Amino acid sequence: MKQSDVATHISQQFNEELEEIRHSVLSMGGLVEQQLADAVTALLSLNPELAELVIEKDTRINELELKIDEECTRILALRQPTASDLRLVIGVFRIITDLERMGDEAAKVARMGLDLSLMNASNKTYLEMENLTSHVIQMVNQSLDSFARMDAETALQTARIDKRVDREYEAITRQLITLMMEDPRNVRHFIDVIWAARAIERIGDHARNICEQVIYIVRGTDIRHSDIIYRDRS
Amino acid sequence: MNAKVEQMPNINVNVPDSSSPSSGKVVKPEQICFEVEDLDLYYGTTKALKNIGMHIPECRVTAFIGPSGCGKSTLLRCFNRMNDLVDSCRIEGQIRLKGQDIFARNVDVAKLRQQVGMVFQKPNPFPKSIYENVAYGLRLQGIRDRRVLDETVEQSLVGAALWDEVKDRLHDSAFGLSGGQQQRLVIARAIAIQPEVLLLDEPASALDPISTLKIEELIYNLKEDYTIVIVTHNMQQAARVSDYTAFMYLGELVEFGATGELFTNPKKKNTEDYITGRYG
Repeated sequence: MKQSDVATHISQQFNEELEEIRHSVLSMGGLVEQQLADAVTALLSLNPELAELVIEKDTRINELELKIDEECTRILALRQPTASDLRLVIGVFRIITDLERMGDEAAKVARMGLDLSLMNASNKTYLEMENLTSHVIQMVNQSLDSFARMDAETALQTARIDKRVDREYEAITRQLITLMMEDPRNVRHFIDVIWAARAIERIGDHARNICEQVIYIVRGTDIRHSDIIYRDRS
Repeated sequence: MNAKVEQMPNINVNVPDSSSPSSGKVVKPEQICFEVEDLDLYYGTTKALKNIGMHIPECRVTAFIGPSGCGKSTLLRCFNRMNDLVDSCRIEGQIRLKGQDIFARNVDVAKLRQQVGMVFQKPNPFPKSIYENVAYGLRLQGIRDRRVLDETVEQSLVGAALWDEVKDRLHDSAFGLSGGQQQRLVIARAIAIQPEVLLLDEPASALDPISTLKIEELIYNLKEDYTIVIVTHNMQQAARVSDYTAFMYLGELVEFGATGELFTNPKKKNTEDYITGRYG
């Protein structure tokens, strides 16, 4: 399926409905991207106002999930889509679940940022997280981009970044464990930082899931639970 | 010839990908019923079927879909040589039923049509009683024994899921039945003479949704004993009832494969466009 294929049905109304769903997924994705960026800023700059705003805005994402879910259900019932149309609707069902969870994780990052700012902690110890966050932000951005353009190749490349994100997360954990042993008084602080890193790493996993769904929609192959991403490096 | 579908050597032939028939009720190993090879069909100078090659598996439901005029009914009618009745029709190539060439000179066409029964779009009961409609083919075969007739009529009506609705009025006119009942009566009439194959040409297109579902349920149950080939315009119906689907376009067989696969991930662009409503 190509992006240009969506709007070529004989039924103009069906075209509009599918276009509408795609559009909604992209706005939901845009919102998640914004939430992630804000949450990370709130964490790294210890900005409690911004953190609170992120936590508050999470309900918008939840609402969008319900709305798109309902629209997909309606299309399944009324249009009985087949082939690439069916894969698009099924893929969207799964993608919005991932987007909603990404929203939750972003709110979690913001909550940790809020906690840390209340502890008057120094942010020096976790500036190393910037690498991790920039890779995750890149993954989220590219996964949505691959969905917008129905580009399986970009999706595949993006999914591969996840492995690097996992390694960075492990490095941060190791580093924080060392710091905890050196300075046991600040264990609570470090645990919050680990939680935040964990949430950001999870967002990377969800972005990878989105990429897998884009590949399913475009090519019709389900690559979940396979190591195909790392196998055919060509 | 009882070779398994997978083992057929002819590379020019479309063998359905038998990995996953859509419904898993029948466990019989798959055998070939019809082998179609390099089949061309002309109406006068118009070539209506172009180089068709396919294997139709036994005791499975195979559906033909495609836009009007694509040749699916023409192909269906080849299987019991109904096209013989069309003057201008000329056929090249082969169709073998269990290894026997059905176009061979020594083939008794009446016998072939006994083996390969057909049901049409509009129910066409004879102007006789329900009982006599079903017994008709048996009487033609010279069967007079009342007990045999009674038993076969009952079995056929049970088989066509009509028995409970008509058992108390077997001697009423068949025209008193509803459209859906008439269609099941015609199917009962077709299975009374124990064919091997049932060809169904749009069997439910003149019926309401409930009767349609009854016919579909019937098809599902009949495939335990019969090979069924169905032509339908209703793609959801093809998706629901068939194990294999063949998509035809402009006289050519474009794609033939397991129904579940063809409706979720078709290999050809033409198929994709047609089943998603982009064709045209």
